[in-house]
Amino acid sequence: MNTDPIIDCDIHPTVPSTDVLLPYMDEYWRQSIGARGVDLTSIAYPPNAPISARPEWRGTSGRAGLTAEAVSDQLLDRWDIGIAICNCLYGVQMVHNDDMAAAFAKAVNDWVKAEWLDRDPRLRGSIVVSTRNVEFAVDEIDRCAADRRFVQVLFPAMNEIPLGRRQLWPIYAAAERHGLAIGIHAGSSYHHPVTSTGWPTYLLEDYVCQSQGVQAQVASLICEGVLREYPGLKFVLMESGVTWAPAFIWRLSKFWRGLRTEVPWVDRAPTDLFRDHFRLTLQPFDAPDDPGIVQRTIDQFQSEDILLFSSDYPHWQFDGDEIVPPGISAALLERMQRINPVTTYSRLTEQPQ
Amino acid sequence: MNNPKVGIGGNNRLPVIDLDIHPRVKRLDELKPYLSAQWWDHVSTFGLRKRQGYLTGQPYPKNEGGRGQRGDSYPSDGTHPGSDLPLMQQQHLDLYNIDYGVLQPLRTGQDAQNIDLSAAMCSAYNDWQLDYWTRREKRLRGSILVPYEDGEASKAEIRKRADEKDFVQILMMSRGLETYGKKRYWPIYEAACEADLPVAIHVFGDSGWPATNSGWPSYYIEETAGLESACSAMLVSMVCEGVFERFPQLRLVIVEAGFAWLPAVSWRLDKHWKRLKAEVPHLKKLPSEYVREQVWVTTQPMEEPERRQDLMDIIQWIGDDRIMFASDYPHWDFDDPFRALPSTLGDQLRRKIFSGNAENLYRFN
Repeated sequence: MNTDPIIDCDIHPTVPSTDVLLPYMDEYWRQSIGARGVDLTSIAYPPNAPISARPEWRGTSGRAGLTAEAVSDQLLDRWDIGIAICNCLYGVQMVHNDDMAAAFAKAVNDWVKAEWLDRDPRLRGSIVVSTRNVEFAVDEIDRCAADRRFVQVLFPAMNEIPLGRRQLWPIYAAAERHGLAIGIHAGSSYHHPVTSTGWPTYLLEDYVCQSQGVQAQVASLICEGVLREYPGLKFVLMESGVTWAPAFIWRLSKFWRGLRTEVPWVDRAPTDLFRDHFRLTLQPFDAPDDPGIVQRTIDQFQSEDILLFSSDYPHWQFDGDEIVPPGISAALLERMQRINPVTTYSRLTEQPQ
Repeated sequence: MNNPKVGIGGNNRLPVIDLDIHPRVKRLDELKPYLSAQWWDHVSTFGLRKRQGYLTGQPYPKNEGGRGQRGDSYPSDGTHPGSDLPLMQQQHLDLYNIDYGVLQPLRTGQDAQNIDLSAAMCSAYNDWQLDYWTRREKRLRGSILVPYEDGEASKAEIRKRADEKDFVQILMMSRGLETYGKKRYWPIYEAACEADLPVAIHVFGDSGWPATNSGWPSYYIEETAGLESACSAMLVSMVCEGVFERFPQLRLVIVEAGFAWLPAVSWRLDKHWKRLKAEVPHLKKLPSEYVREQVWVTTQPMEEPERRQDLMDIIQWIGDDRIMFASDYPHWDFDDPFRALPSTLGDQLRRKIFSGNAENLYRFN
């Protein structure tokens, strides 16, 4: 029996308000952000919306995921999780001001370090950056990466610009240099409408359309040649469902066969590039509860390396103990929980300092 | 003349109904008789002015075939592919034994910034389809172009054309100014139900919004591989806003977006609706049930998984009565009826996709 730890690749520390971040800012930003009343909780997760927290995990304030202790009690101990990666979704990427975005990113990363990583040795972190200013983003990655508990760089699915764009490549160079993965998580800078046909009406539409954001990023990263320039990088697509991916990769591969003269540096089929470089976290798993369909959708990847176990704590994606959908074999579960995460995040095999 | 296509790997001798044929004017003045003097003068002076900057051509220029068209589809007079009926008859309708072909005019001005111009152009193109195509070739049927950003004008155009039996559907482009579930578009659905005609959403159109929700991509391959995003966003919107609940007679056809994405979108809707249903109390059924009952898809550009079983699974999950053949003649990524549906799908299923499902949905007589 495999006794390596179970690894949860997507949990969310909740920033209750900007106040907790102010101690991690310099005097100018403490005053300025206080005076302006800036809060970056985004419309992607209205605190009271059912999706934002499982009811039994909500504390007296109504919010969930507020402390490392809560994560330990409600998640890690209950499911025997040995390592969990904290992805803070505070909307740093919504900020238009380069300097303010950098100040918030630094504060979030330092807060995660002090209030989460330092309080539970099972926790790991993702470095939050904004792509408004690439130089600032690289500086922040260099600053945080010295702490080996940070295992990836985190972007929202709907970013300000497509993530493959050449101007962002210094970020990938930094990530590769430090042995960090790139996480692309549901969420938006909200600098563009949530769909290519404008703003929808409902949160339900916004959440369903997250997968469109992720697929556009996959296309951008492949077509711009990022994978060829930085062959060591792994990209983890998080909280955006799973079942959309095979069909999209079939589409992109078909068009690549017809259009590769436009992107001659893409010298391998997107199907192959996807298997080598992209991973998806499990929850919210978006096939019906039919074990046969679950098996067939996962089999479409033709790889047991693609899926990474995640609870998406404290978001409400499953009930009871049904943290894994029906139809997933014990062998695949072991790969998702204990093996695939460590081949994705090279820093996970290191002991905490 | 020997046609090189005949006899090469051809495996289809089943009847074909092609739901996506793109006719084009040879010259803009073909439309002059159908426009008022004022609109003819306007379009001659100012052009169509879409919600993108290029006066001619597209923001993502295609280098395949001949400017995005099949290289062999240029008429000998040097005009546009799709503009010449005899050539279309010879290299498409006759060659592939096509029973019926549905016209989907593009680049018409339907998505012009000036919505009144859009209405004038739609009406002109509707007259033109009859005079230049359907009345000259019995196998062809037309689509009622509507100026979809103006719901009432669209309704009026549908009512004006509803009794003309050569029109078999209503046509919208996939990238509108807003998601198509919004109330401003409901007059279109109301009139479609009244006329008992399906509504087709064909990919393209310029909304002016970036092609992805992370902004503009760099390449045509990104834009075209992502075209289904607009269609699925429209579908998600129409489900969530209750369009299908309020118009149970409405039948929606999604054209030129492929189809393998549809099961995942339906499942995502169901999954997240379970948590967020309080937001959409007007929905009375699982989102996927509306899709299963009221939505059809066309094949091209058909996804091509490495394993045949994956394609069979997708077809089964969508419903094999909901997928209909489309070729996209004369565009570069045309799906050839001789080869598009692998014979391993079996003749019963191929017959449904090639013609049976379309016969059930459309009135072709």
